[in-house]
Amino acid sequence: MHLKEFIIGSIKAILRGSRVYWAWITLLLVLIGIGIVSYYNQAVNGLVTTSMRDQVSWGFYIGNFTFLVGVAAAAIMLVIPAYIYNWKPLKEIVILGELLAISAIIMCLLFILVDMGHPERFWHMFPFIGKLRLGQSILSWDSVVLTLYLVLNFVIASHILFRAFRIKDYSKRYVIPLILLSVPAGIAIHTITAFLYNGIAARPFWNSAILAPKFLASAFCSGPAIMIILFQVLRRTTKLEIEDRALWKLAELMAYTMFFNLFLTGAEIFKEAYSDTEHKLFTEYLYFGIGEHNKIVPYGWLAIIFDTIAFILFLVPATRKNIITLNLGAVLIYTGVYIEKGIGLIIPGFTPDTLGEIYEYFPSRTEIFVTIGIFSAGFLLYTLLLKVAVPIILGELTYKTHSKSGH
Amino acid sequence: MKWMAVGSASIAALSTFSSCNSDKLDAFFQQHFTELDDEELQQVMERLEREYKQKFNVDIEVSSTPPIENVVFGYGLDLSKCIGCRRCVFACVEENNQSRNPEIQWIRVLEMEKDKGVDLLHTNPYYTPDEVPEEGHFYMPVQCHQCANPPCVKVCPVKATWQEPDGITVVDYNWCIGCRYCMAACPYGARRFNWSAPQIPAGEINPNTDYLGNRPRGNGVVEKCTYCIQRTRNGKYPACAEICPTGSRKFGNLLDEGSEIRMIMKNKRVFIFKEELNTQPRFYYFYGT
Repeated sequence: MHLKEFIIGSIKAILRGSRVYWAWITLLLVLIGIGIVSYYNQAVNGLVTTSMRDQVSWGFYIGNFTFLVGVAAAAIMLVIPAYIYNWKPLKEIVILGELLAISAIIMCLLFILVDMGHPERFWHMFPFIGKLRLGQSILSWDSVVLTLYLVLNFVIASHILFRAFRIKDYSKRYVIPLILLSVPAGIAIHTITAFLYNGIAARPFWNSAILAPKFLASAFCSGPAIMIILFQVLRRTTKLEIEDRALWKLAELMAYTMFFNLFLTGAEIFKEAYSDTEHKLFTEYLYFGIGEHNKIVPYGWLAIIFDTIAFILFLVPATRKNIITLNLGAVLIYTGVYIEKGIGLIIPGFTPDTLGEIYEYFPSRTEIFVTIGIFSAGFLLYTLLLKVAVPIILGELTYKTHSKSGH
Repeated sequence: MKWMAVGSASIAALSTFSSCNSDKLDAFFQQHFTELDDEELQQVMERLEREYKQKFNVDIEVSSTPPIENVVFGYGLDLSKCIGCRRCVFACVEENNQSRNPEIQWIRVLEMEKDKGVDLLHTNPYYTPDEVPEEGHFYMPVQCHQCANPPCVKVCPVKATWQEPDGITVVDYNWCIGCRYCMAACPYGARRFNWSAPQIPAGEINPNTDYLGNRPRGNGVVEKCTYCIQRTRNGKYPACAEICPTGSRKFGNLLDEGSEIRMIMKNKRVFIFKEELNTQPRFYYFYGT
């Protein structure tokens, strides 16, 4: 089976790297350390160390969770262009998306865990031994589809990699249907995450049917934004060949989805502004503040401005094909969607609260450090996965190379 | 299944590393309230009594009174009488062992402007005049509405909160995972979270408690009004209704046609708070005069 060789080969691949690689790993480990110390403080003293209170009972953690579900969902959306535009090395592209999805889902689970009052009671959510309430709770359904999506991606990625390690082609009969299945699964995890908010009648800001399509549209932008940067890093540091044309196609695709995202945002704002009901207040809080309460107003505008600039950059062929404006666009989209789905979604949902009280939320130091820690853990996981996967798909790391170098 | 049990056991062992005793392990593995048989429930309640004794150095009795048959509790609140004195708030805190630090209160009294009517955007829950009622204002206490169609119960991923046959929505504080989805879903702001370990001076503890009601809670779980389940299932009024000096608070059995609450619904002008959300509250605001 060559399982032993696979493990040893992987470890060797991880331990071999340039100075930049080790600096990156060290940085991530330090940041993870800071996150762990902050979380320890939170675990000992309670969630009072966050800025969340009864009025705003979800905050930065759940916002990050929501954003990352989008990243995980969108990673697999690469499969669609890979088919449509018939990119030559399909499996290379797909596997990078799969691994990104795996890392993002792990980060999602970590964000849920740190948000829980009793993380050690996590087993209450397991079927049979706990009391998972399938049926009515959207959160239960979300945990189920997220887990399935994680398993699905793990199975596909490990199968392709392990086969390649043994210098065999992956089994098309099993892998292609699974990859095709992961497309609706990706849509499902993000739709259900949107329903999590969408279904709450007590919070008019979320209780809008536009939420799920908007989630998908913005996810289609943020996922590929990461891939655009990543592809450039990989083609510089490895022998992986990724043509400029592929990057441009991704950017073009993002321009269309970003247009759709902005369109939906505009439709939502029109509805609130024109109908001018009490419910307008939540949108007002995001973009103008209410009285002296205006802490998140800059973020509301940043998201819209970043999204719009990136849309124009990716729409115009000249700026799309210029590597500097291409990267600028990718960073702007990533940041824009990050704000839009994090702070910009969660906080106005709770402000003012159901009895009209305004509590101004802004993440505490603990929340920010724990979040940095989780992102670093995700980056570390993704880095290590790529460190093993890339040489395997390039054919540089197989069971033979191991036995050659090993003896 | 076995490996999971072993896994959880090792986690539990780790988390209780410093003072590993069987009570802590039992607490970790405790099953959902509705799945405990009489004997197991008895053991759980005895364990809780030991825990509380250790924590507060007070003998607290934890019991579990089942719902009374053919009873569904309902509450009436007379907006024309309430003067906003908040005595109900403090009676509730004392009766139900709410945390004094940080302060947790299950009832929130909203001060409203008479010329605006019931308008949530012009309310003040933090009013502190020397004397109530204030000129030009009226008061609207809000607490759990014990909805017949409770959105908070619907969203709970682990069934840690549910509706009892007598209409009271309860929380199993030992099953709640602290995800706070119920708080996002409640349109009445009725749920409170223990953001840190609740503190109550030993002398202020109410030692007569119910498992589903006023027994002391821990850090990281959600709690809420239960219409004083420990009192009302034993034939008493809720603490808030009993203390109210103006008689604004009415309580009774909705299934009993002769009850005061039914008389009010028949003869007074009743209004349902946020009726458009179809939560079907069993908490009725009315104008007595």
